Amino acid sequence: MKLTPEQQAMLNGEKGETMAKVVKTLVMYGETFGAERMVPVTSEYGHTVISFGLKVMKPVYDLYQKIIDAGLASGQKFTADPKPLDKNVPSSLLDDLVFKKIMYTEQKMYEQQLRELGITNDDDYTCTCYLDQVGNKPKKGDVLSWAESSAVVYANSVLGARCNRNSGMLELMGSIAGFVPEFGLLTDEGRKATWIVEVKCEKKPEAQLLGSAIGMKVLEEVPYVKGMEQWLGTELTDETCTYLKDFGAATASNGAVGLYHIAGLTPEAKEQGEALIAEGAQVYVIDDAELERVKNNYPVIWKNPDAKPELCFVGCPHMTLQQLIDWTENVGKALEEKGLKKITVPTVFTSSTPVIKEFEKTPYAKQLKKYGVIVSYICPLMYMNNPLCKKKAVITSSNKLRTYTSARYYTEADILRIITTKEEK
Amino acid sequence: MKTFKGRVIVPGTCTAEALVSHNGFNTLASYQMAMMFGDKKVKCGDQNNEELYKKPMINKALCLPMTIGSTTGGMVLFTVCSMGRQPACMLFSKTIDSLAASGAIMGDVWTEAEMPVIDELGDEFLEYVKTGMKITVKADGVVEVE
Repeated sequence: MKLTPEQQAMLNGEKGETMAKVVKTLVMYGETFGAERMVPVTSEYGHTVISFGLKVMKPVYDLYQKIIDAGLASGQKFTADPKPLDKNVPSSLLDDLVFKKIMYTEQKMYEQQLRELGITNDDDYTCTCYLDQVGNKPKKGDVLSWAESSAVVYANSVLGARCNRNSGMLELMGSIAGFVPEFGLLTDEGRKATWIVEVKCEKKPEAQLLGSAIGMKVLEEVPYVKGMEQWLGTELTDETCTYLKDFGAATASNGAVGLYHIAGLTPEAKEQGEALIAEGAQVYVIDDAELERVKNNYPVIWKNPDAKPELCFVGCPHMTLQQLIDWTENVGKALEEKGLKKITVPTVFTSSTPVIKEFEKTPYAKQLKKYGVIVSYICPLMYMNNPLCKKKAVITSSNKLRTYTSARYYTEADILRIITTKEEK
Repeated sequence: MKTFKGRVIVPGTCTAEALVSHNGFNTLASYQMAMMFGDKKVKCGDQNNEELYKKPMINKALCLPMTIGSTTGGMVLFTVCSMGRQPACMLFSKTIDSLAASGAIMGDVWTEAEMPVIDELGDEFLEYVKTGMKITVKADGVVEVE
């Protein structure tokens, strides 16, 4: 890899031993993937996936302290993934003991480290940092040093920014150095589609299910998706972006997709059309039967598959303001139809603090509370990482949560039906 | 004995017993429980990986196609190296993925741990190697399996 004289000096230790190690890490990372040079990080903000002070991750925090002590705060401010704990989310005394005494013992200390390293704001813990209320929204063509698979795939695909699927820690090193190796999704070649996905469904496919099917098929490759115009149109409206947020998160977690193109809709597909498709691209046809097949193949890893759901999570990735409003209306209607006042399964809707603050200004917030739904800023995945929570019968409409935990997936319509079903006496 | 040649990601040499996963290795799911509860044998906690589940991973020659799962994967590998609980080496049949590469490189640059990492050993490597076989990793990326 060719470095500029300034980058070479940093590698040689002119800015201290710690910075030299940061640059060495980035150089080795780039060389592994054939990068020939470093390119400047041009986005205003970074985003880190590490938002949790997990006891076992002490070496990570020791390294971060070394970086802080060397005076190497991030060259750009950054947002972070959601926090793991919120007292409003249902948990037993024993759950809390594991959360606070075994798992997240370093949380306070780590949040202080993030302040010193440059987090934008104590409210900015969310996986949907790109929403307007949070404000970490890169411009088209910006080069990012982000980690968090769902945010990276959104930034690449919907916003047209450029970012590889980086690991936690490495993203911060890119922000500290101010440059990242140029390879993969940072290059025009790496952004070409190697799969054509033809959607031939009779009705609008569930975003989380379509993303799951595509992710499982193409793994880390780039898909060019055709056949969605009738449902998504050709403009990136709020509704469309919300759909793509959930779709992308599923492609990134059920597979390892870092970028997708939607014909006639996403920025590069609009500009370049089918010129984005690489020679010899493979084809995957998806119809309603294929989606049903994918859904029916999800393993149910509950001890008792017929257990009554104990808890429901909606909002992984975090919900938008409109999703919170729509779900409030839908829960209200379903309860009224069934003559109920409150939901029958404890349910948590997760969203970012800035979005929740906006939601609380609307009349819907009071209604949702009245229906018994809890709104929280946490990461449901980090909640489910508690070995005791893994044993609970948890349901979700998130394919990401299903993939990484024992939570069971249901479509949004099924979730609505289950949480508003009268209990049998 | 059969010999395979791969690409050196993290240099080094070692001799160890093979532990083979034919499916993607989920780094977070495999290490999370062992690390949380201080398991010195570092038994694999990934219930979805039938070949490795509950098998000790420390000091083994971990043979795998690629890693899968959360973008915290690199951080987990770094932590494992920092605590001296890493495998003897990691041997990838395919090109290494970005998360495993990050973790292996951070382990090399920021810790004292020695964990040679070789990738692009080919599908034949993973078809041939069986758990329990003796693996020798040479400095030039040659892997001997016997």
